[in-house]
Amino acid sequence: MYTKNGENYFIVDAHIALWDARPENQLNIHGKQFIDCFYDYHRNLSPAEELWPYEEYLYQGSQRLMKDIFEDGYVDHAIFQPAYLGEFYKNGFGQTEEAYSLAAANPDRLTYNHCFDPRNGEAGLDQLRADHERMGFTGVKLYTAEWHGDSRGYKLNDPWTYKYFEECRKLGVKNIHVHKGPTIRPLDRDAFDVSDVDHAATDFTDLNFVVEHVGLPRLEDFCWIATQEPNVHGGLAVAMPFMHTRPRYFAQIIGELIYWIGEDRIQFSSDYALWTPRWLIESFVDFQIPEDMTEYAPLTIEQKKKILGLNAAKMYDLPVPEALRIPDAPETETGPRQPERADLGAV
Amino acid sequence: MTVLQTRPAPQTGALGTEDVRRVLGTVQDPELDEPITDLGFVRSIDISPGVRGAAVHVHLRLPTSFCSPNFAYLMASDSKDAVAALEGVATVVVELDDHHDSGLINAGLAADAGYRGTFGHEAEDSLDELRWTFRRKAHTAAMERCLTELLRADRDLAEADVGRVTLADLPSGRTKTALLRRREALGLPLEPGALVLVDHLGAPYAAADVPMALRRARSTRISIDGNAHFCRGLLRTRYAGAEADQNARPEGAEPGDQHTLLPITVKENA
Repeated sequence: MYTKNGENYFIVDAHIALWDARPENQLNIHGKQFIDCFYDYHRNLSPAEELWPYEEYLYQGSQRLMKDIFEDGYVDHAIFQPAYLGEFYKNGFGQTEEAYSLAAANPDRLTYNHCFDPRNGEAGLDQLRADHERMGFTGVKLYTAEWHGDSRGYKLNDPWTYKYFEECRKLGVKNIHVHKGPTIRPLDRDAFDVSDVDHAATDFTDLNFVVEHVGLPRLEDFCWIATQEPNVHGGLAVAMPFMHTRPRYFAQIIGELIYWIGEDRIQFSSDYALWTPRWLIESFVDFQIPEDMTEYAPLTIEQKKKILGLNAAKMYDLPVPEALRIPDAPETETGPRQPERADLGAV
Repeated sequence: MTVLQTRPAPQTGALGTEDVRRVLGTVQDPELDEPITDLGFVRSIDISPGVRGAAVHVHLRLPTSFCSPNFAYLMASDSKDAVAALEGVATVVVELDDHHDSGLINAGLAADAGYRGTFGHEAEDSLDELRWTFRRKAHTAAMERCLTELLRADRDLAEADVGRVTLADLPSGRTKTALLRRREALGLPLEPGALVLVDHLGAPYAAADVPMALRRARSTRISIDGNAHFCRGLLRTRYAGAEADQNARPEGAEPGDQHTLLPITVKENA
């Protein structure tokens, strides 16, 4: 819980990780390139006082995570969103067992989401069923740019992905978080294209699709899809820290999101350990759209409360104290569109 | 010491690094809609004179190891083509540094293997459609910049009325020049009476659809500007001193964009 000026904010950090990128876990040069890329994001977007040394960035462990998120970070509940990256790290990047054990030991504070890779075919489906029986998760994180043998990416509307979504339906796994990394195959098209989310969301209306980093660097494509599909949501991973270095850009991102998809489908996340939640929450509660950006209305306290926690709490059925709940806003001006207009052809 | 004297004296008309840099300035990052020389992506240019012409060696660099390989390939192969077309150049080597696909791309360029020859099964047809996608986005963003500037300058102009604005209504300047260049790239009309708010085929919008078309164009512009500045910043983070090789981008600029880097923490060498 975060309190400022007499207002209480129930905080859900909807995207955290417990990763191990230490050299002994790196399988090849790509393992180093991957964490170095994250670390450059961290260095580029963090305030000086929040900067971590490289060695600490490689691995945090359970204790440090609990301190950063819950003791120092005001967070009421956090959700693991693991990236496997088995082609880059010996024991994977996200630490499945450590994260799951931590969540099992702290069920009031942590939710463990799992991951799958549709290119594992039937064997992967069996594994998904077995993992679900053991861990009982309600959400998965999919990284579509994951490398797998000679394939370097997949799409959400691939036939095998649909088989996995059908299995998710049966198992009660209803929240699908999607990280659109630069998918490589086929190279002919835009690697950050989010149109496959459109197809999947249309065909699986009973599943929620949370597009992480709100589709950046293709915010416009994401907004257009999410406008048409009421089961598409935006996760603010990576977008949040722009508040510090590029506040006008952040204002436009949040302004566009509220215009296109409304205040009820946007979820806060620190993307821990890319960043820590404390400064992001403090900054967001203080944040306001610059006055000269007259195309956007000022952010309200209610909108901030929803984004910081209430929206994700609703999706994950997390108990929120009665006094902190806020009803949904009416539909946005852009409204849900009819399927026949769900066409991304014209840019 | 006679080292300096042993180097061949520059001849009139001899190829210089500035000549190479100038032609590399015609190579665009398709996604960010800017020359690679403005972005700081050209890391080094080396020229060795030879009997049959100069051997030119160019190194390129990108903001992260995981930048999209299709864009990386386009910029690297366009660079090779641009330099090879220069008079007095005998051989060209273009190498992309520190990218997850450096080995693949550099080998493909060295062998002139082309896009499909370089990427094999990961390439289907060509990257032409990808280029067109981003030319269209660049036009959309340039169009929105012009109209939003107009809206900000003229408070009496309503969003719903921008569908009637013509090229002649736009004040001359950088923003308008940029729009004209993007229109030309798409083959759209350039005469003063032409409507500004059009789709990539030049079709105007019905009055009722104008506000939505403008809002969509705005989200495209925000995306491109934000991404362009983030990529520039990441390059400066990754390569100390890279800011000296970058030209400022006024579109979407913020006070913090030129901030000096946070203290560099020691990273072990790869």
